[in-house]
Amino acid sequence: MLNIKCPYCGDRSQKEFAYGGDGTIARPKLNQEISDEEWDNFVYLRKSPRGKHIELWHHIAGCRQWFKVERDTTTHEIFRTFKPEE
Amino acid sequence: MQKYSVFSLIKNAFSNHEKWDLAWKDPTPKKEYDVVIIGGGGHGLATAYYLAKEHQITNVAVIEKGWIGGGNIGRNTTIIRSNFMYDDNARFNEFGMNLWRNMSQELNFNVMFSPRGIINLAHSDAQMNAYARRGNSMRLNGIDAVLLNREEVKKIIPMADFSEDVRYPIFGGLAQPSAGTARHDAVAWGYARQADSMGVDIIQNCEVTGFDIEAGKITGLRTSRGDIKSKKIGLCVAGSTNVLAEKLNMTLPIETHLLQACVSEPVKPVLDGVVTFGAGHFYISQSDKGEMVMGGDLDGYNSYAQKGNLPTIQHVLTGGVALFPFLSRLKMLRTWGGIMDMSMDGSPIIDKTHIDGLYLNCGWCYGGFKSVPSSGWTFAHTIAQDRVHELNEGFSLNRFSKGYLLDEKGLGTKTWIS
Ligand SMILES: Cc1cc2nc3c(=O)[nH]c(=O)nc-3n(C[C@H](O)[C@H](O)[C@H](O)COP(=O)(O)OP(=O)(O)OC[C@H]3O[C@@H](n4cnc5c(N)ncnc54)[C@H](O)[C@@H]3O)c2cc1C
Ligand SMILES: [Zn+2]
Repeated sequence: MLNIKCPYCGDRSQKEFAYGGDGTIARPKLNQEISDEEWDNFVYLRKSPRGKHIELWHHIAGCRQWFKVERDTTTHEIFRTFKPEE
Repeated sequence: MQKYSVFSLIKNAFSNHEKWDLAWKDPTPKKEYDVVIIGGGGHGLATAYYLAKEHQITNVAVIEKGWIGGGNIGRNTTIIRSNFMYDDNARFNEFGMNLWRNMSQELNFNVMFSPRGIINLAHSDAQMNAYARRGNSMRLNGIDAVLLNREEVKKIIPMADFSEDVRYPIFGGLAQPSAGTARHDAVAWGYARQADSMGVDIIQNCEVTGFDIEAGKITGLRTSRGDIKSKKIGLCVAGSTNVLAEKLNMTLPIETHLLQACVSEPVKPVLDGVVTFGAGHFYISQSDKGEMVMGGDLDGYNSYAQKGNLPTIQHVLTGGVALFPFLSRLKMLRTWGGIMDMSMDGSPIIDKTHIDGLYLNCGWCYGGFKSVPSSGWTFAHTIAQDRVHELNEGFSLNRFSKGYLLDEKGLGTKTWIS
């Protein structure tokens, strides 16, 4: 079981969280012309690396804040957790 | 190649079964092949077999970093079905059903294909309507579909909880009587043995570490056992697709996730077919040995660990006990996991790529065992003819950017949302 440190609440069990996927994907800017390719990149394409991965988690059964986690996708070691704007 | 039969069995009994031929050789990699298939799972081995058998291309190597049967081909829960609504999925998998029916004879290897049927349970009128629609689509594609009411389901699985005050009362279900199960590693061994007998080199303990690309064309690959030249390379690495894509500078509509399964101690026959309880994130069948084979959802976050976390198993079994209360009294024997190439719409990709001579086979999610024959057959065609077959036309790599998704059940990589 993962033990995740919510930057707002501290250490909690994995069961309190929902996963939000790759945390490095940036949504294309609003109200600007974008190509199909850019949209495709944003919606569908993922690197899904083996090793370090920066990802979004949601403390859904807690403070309900979104935050980021840097985790190893093979060992599940969590290196750090931080607020989205950090 | 020695033919397996009751006579060869008797004959070998006299020599204490010590003189059987090796099922396949253990060759050293050659410098060059006409086609190299990366990944010795079900899909890679079937592809090599159909390249040799259907296209007479026999100067082929299957490069496997571990051992034959060590990947998902030896880790799945062996459900074989074609109960799909969309034409592309339905036709492709029903084509596969026909290959399954003859597989033991064709491969001279008993894969124990057992068409014992599958039932997807429904828990509301709306779900019954959706199943009626799916069943009708299946029938239009010549696939057997039977809509069962509550009483009919009860006849087949009387030990399920049919009370009315449960969270998900059973309203009925959609059955595909011709669906079933098979022995997974026999499938890998059967394809490997026949491919080998036609001249394919099956190279184990050999990891692909890089690619050679010149002017947009693939020319060869690097492996832990030396460089190999080839103008045609097929990628069949399932859960390692993203890792090799990175070496090719490609980003794919695939995320890598972990799926677990577990089996109980063996008990007397109690469950005939496969039952899926989607609302409870649970499915079950009983193996020929008597073990209850059970699984459910992904662990829920990107993972390359071939073992899972306990909360998921607990979640799966909670759903299991809700449906079949008798399960609470069984001991669990084993749990295990496999890493899945989850595509963004839940359907596979079998296509050419922007690199000449590089072919892609991936996105099997947790349903790639049933597709081993149809995928091998169509991928061999795609590689041999350098163009897709009409059966895998819909499984294109660019369907995401074009908007032609095959989102059969609205699954994709975030299955835990639904
Ligand atoms: C728990 C579980 C239950 C499942 N249940 C079902 C089911 O009931 N029905 C169903 O249809 N499907 C099911 N599946 C899915 C199915 O098992 C897979 O979709 C399918 O086996 C994937 O194709 P494969 O057999 O070719 O993969 P694999 O057997 O995983 O083959 C890929 C191979 O590539 C090799 N490889 C990776 N990287 C390299 C490299 N760099 N160099 C050389 N070789 C490499 C790997 O070692 C591996 O052997 C299940 C999967 C799991 C894990
Ligand atoms: Zn919190």
